[in-house]
Amino acid sequence: MFELAGLSGILPAVFALLFAPLLLGLINRTKAVVGGRCGPPMLQPYHDLRKLLGKGAVYSRTTSWVFRAGPIVTLAATVAAALLVPLGPWGAPFHFAGDLVLFAYLLGLARFFTVAAALDAGSSFEGMGGSREVFFATLAEPPLLLGLVAVAKASVGNANWFDLTGMHQHVSGALWQDAGLVLLFVAVALFLVLLAECSRIPVDDPNTHLELTMIHEVMVLDHSGPDFAFILYGAALKLWLLSALIVSVVVPRMSQPWLDLAVSLGSVLALAVVVGVVESSMARLRLVRVPQLLVGAGVLAVLALVLEAHT
Amino acid sequence: MSVLLALILTPAVAGCCVFAWNSRRGRRAILLLAATAHLSLTGWLWWQRPVVSPHGWLGVDAVGLLFLTIASVLFFAAAVYSGGYLRDEQQSRHVDIEEGFLFFNEPEAVFVGCLLMFLAAMTLVTLSQHFGLLWVGVEATTLATAPLIYFHRHHRSLEATWKYLLICSVGIALALLGNFLLAVAASNARTGHAALIVYSLQQHASQLHGPWLKVAFLFFLVGYGTKMGLAPMHTWLPDAHSESPSPVSALLSGALLNCAFLGILRLHQLCVAAGHGDFSRPLLILFGLVSVLVAAVFLLRQADFKRMLAYSSVEHMGILALGVGLGGVGVFGSLLHAVNHSLTKAALFLVAGNILAAYATKSTRDVRGIRQVLPITGVLWLAGFLAITGSPPFGMFLSEFTILKAALDQQHYVVAVLYLILLGLIFIAMANLVLPMTQGEALNGGQPQTQKRGEPLWSIGPSAALLALTLTLGLWIPTWLGNVLDEAAGGFQAVATPIATVATALEPLPR
Amino acid sequence: MPSSISEFILVVVMLTNLALLGMSRIRTSIRTVAIQGMMLGLLPLFISGHGLTLPLLVIAVGSFALKGIVFPWWLMRTLQAANAQREVSPVVGPSASTALGALLIVFSFWLGSRFELPPTVPLVSRLALPVAVALLLSGLFVIVTRRQALMQVLGYLVLENGVFVFGLALAHQEPLLVEMGILLDVFVAVFVMGIAVFHIAREFDHIDVEKLSELRD
Repeated sequence: MFELAGLSGILPAVFALLFAPLLLGLINRTKAVVGGRCGPPMLQPYHDLRKLLGKGAVYSRTTSWVFRAGPIVTLAATVAAALLVPLGPWGAPFHFAGDLVLFAYLLGLARFFTVAAALDAGSSFEGMGGSREVFFATLAEPPLLLGLVAVAKASVGNANWFDLTGMHQHVSGALWQDAGLVLLFVAVALFLVLLAECSRIPVDDPNTHLELTMIHEVMVLDHSGPDFAFILYGAALKLWLLSALIVSVVVPRMSQPWLDLAVSLGSVLALAVVVGVVESSMARLRLVRVPQLLVGAGVLAVLALVLEAHT
Repeated sequence: MSVLLALILTPAVAGCCVFAWNSRRGRRAILLLAATAHLSLTGWLWWQRPVVSPHGWLGVDAVGLLFLTIASVLFFAAAVYSGGYLRDEQQSRHVDIEEGFLFFNEPEAVFVGCLLMFLAAMTLVTLSQHFGLLWVGVEATTLATAPLIYFHRHHRSLEATWKYLLICSVGIALALLGNFLLAVAASNARTGHAALIVYSLQQHASQLHGPWLKVAFLFFLVGYGTKMGLAPMHTWLPDAHSESPSPVSALLSGALLNCAFLGILRLHQLCVAAGHGDFSRPLLILFGLVSVLVAAVFLLRQADFKRMLAYSSVEHMGILALGVGLGGVGVFGSLLHAVNHSLTKAALFLVAGNILAAYATKSTRDVRGIRQVLPITGVLWLAGFLAITGSPPFGMFLSEFTILKAALDQQHYVVAVLYLILLGLIFIAMANLVLPMTQGEALNGGQPQTQKRGEPLWSIGPSAALLALTLTLGLWIPTWLGNVLDEAAGGFQAVATPIATVATALEPLPR
Repeated sequence: MPSSISEFILVVVMLTNLALLGMSRIRTSIRTVAIQGMMLGLLPLFISGHGLTLPLLVIAVGSFALKGIVFPWWLMRTLQAANAQREVSPVVGPSASTALGALLIVFSFWLGSRFELPPTVPLVSRLALPVAVALLLSGLFVIVTRRQALMQVLGYLVLENGVFVFGLALAHQEPLLVEMGILLDVFVAVFVMGIAVFHIAREFDHIDVEKLSELRD
């Protein structure tokens, strides 16, 4: 059963669409500050998007409709996923039992089309990136789903399972006292998933130009102009959505709506700063170590689920 | 009580002295003195056995006395043998018999000191009435014997020592878990703080919590069974018993395996008293039969006579478990078997040491004509073989026959048939190895030491004495021994089995 | 409140267990087991419902000192003296080991829920039994799948830790003498094993037990 909230119910999606590129800028700024530099302005991603939208696109003759459809479907799927994530005092625009599965698979659809477009270009270079991306995504899926199930069980219990908004509304101080360790483990596991899915260090370096180390970068090499703008915006939106997801299941609800909103927004931005700090302090892991990291995240999620089921 | 403490502390203190003593002769003298003192104290216990106190941690009950005596007698024999053995091994460098490289021996102080600590630990195990203390003793024996196995410092004995240490420590850790499970089972009985004393547990046996007791028994069986050498946890045994020096092998096979069995025995007794005998008995029968089977299989293609003796130990441990598992008169048979096996196996290992020293090889194919080269040793080797495979008039025949009778009494016909077939197989396998060794012409090459050493008294005296003892036991069981055996076996069933039924077993069946 | 601290300690112990399974260097493995030992040393202080008694305090201090400080120091010394290879060469890789470790934890929790304790035994924490079983199984797993002799000693330590937690979990107080005896035995066992590893390294120039296979039938 669908529930479309009133006009205010659409605000989480609006915040996501408007402020996603700001997160990218914030991360870059954090890295610069930690590195002792001034860094690009925080609104730089917006300028980049505007510049790219104004350019023309170049399409290779060996590509097909898949290559043109890729960025568009990616963006569409990510925007659709944005309609499922709650923020602050408001629930998501759409919520129903099982919506977290839909969320995971909308992101999966986006990833699939990115990879398909990369393969469509016909170069083995992109294929390499695609295979790595898909492998790591496979390993990142169990922690995501199991972690969310653990929180669902902890917060809501047996009624109304798999409902992101329902979980979001039941996170409170009392829940932290009761199942604090579970929430902590899930937070860490989801954070590792975020690093993997959004191609951040230590899984992938967003600034690299070395063949052997690229994953996400290499898949989008052939896109240009508006297509590249869509991809860039889609990546920023995915980062926002996953951050908002972590914040929604971890940060307890406050009494006042404006306080709630401020805390939630602040947490999302703080999470971006944390990502920036992590990126500055670590080097990228060797590729053979990334599966171990993700298996570790999966194990943490299993541990959280078992702790929750047992106590 | 003071006697018991003296029994434990005498070898312990002697061991500490030996570590610090500098003179070789002094150390060997201390060893012999301590062994004599221990034997006399044990003999005193037979004459004046103190009553087991209900809350005491140390006490002498029938089973404990039996195993303590075995350990003491064997240690005395090994001590006598060790005196001469250490004199022989005195030179500082040795040539390995199998591969020809040079190696050193362990410092003699460590060897003698650890031997004495080993005796102290075994005494602790046999005298302990508290399950926790028993565990501490068994673990202590593992730690005391590890340096003993590594006497000849080369890679093979190191490998054997490592396997022994690790496998036995893991097994004993599982036995510790069994202890805790037993504590849970006993918590029902509300016996107070010192809950794990054998006597008080026996009194409150009906109040023990069934499922936990059964799980505890399982862990005890697997844990202490590893130390005892039951298959499939026996993998360390052939390596450790064949690579260690002969007196140590004798003690390991003859005394230590029994002490590990004591742990299982005590808990089995408790299970029977609590009414769960039907759970523990089939498990004992199963492990027993599997051990005998594994031993038979590995004996068929054996090429090393010390490993042959080690697998024979596995077989006899299996028979011990089988006898206790069968119940009835089988328990009596099993305890008698423990006595006989220890005496015989120790004698065999000491004789094997002589053969090894004379022929400088452990391979059964290269040893021929012992009766020519070392006449008395040859006779002892042959007699020992006959004894260990259960031929009359040696004592093992009596005990193995009793166990067979128990199997038939309980109508476990399949078990009885398997038992007989496997014993037959083992007889054939060992005969195949031993008889060619004793008979035949001695090969000319490879015996430089034979003429030099001859057959000194210390090398044949202990084994001859032990074999004579087991021969005597085959013909006549003295009443004081029979009484203690009856009392020990009586703890496992409602009705004690008097010695008369054993005598009737020997009468010819009516036609 | 004490129960939640003890639960926190038990969860940290479980995490160290998983970390040990995923480690690929011997030094960090020794440090992980050291942390586990220290946590287990703190556990007796918080686990009893009857407050702190002298035996518990002695056991806590003894365990903390031995398992958290002495054993890791001794094993590090042995590692250095043995001058052996620093990489764990496992039969089962780190990711697979960690995943198996998670499975073991699930199995332990399932097993823990099947235990029916007699009514007179108070269970101080619902987590203690599963953690004990998990430690036991992981210890056995490490012994079986790790080729380095030092790693096998670490596996034995984890196994002993599991039995220790089991004993604590059932609030059963073995008399102090026996507890001291157990600690002493484990101490001497690790001591002797360390010496053995040193000898193995000196004799063989490696501590890979897979290659110790000369004695066989």
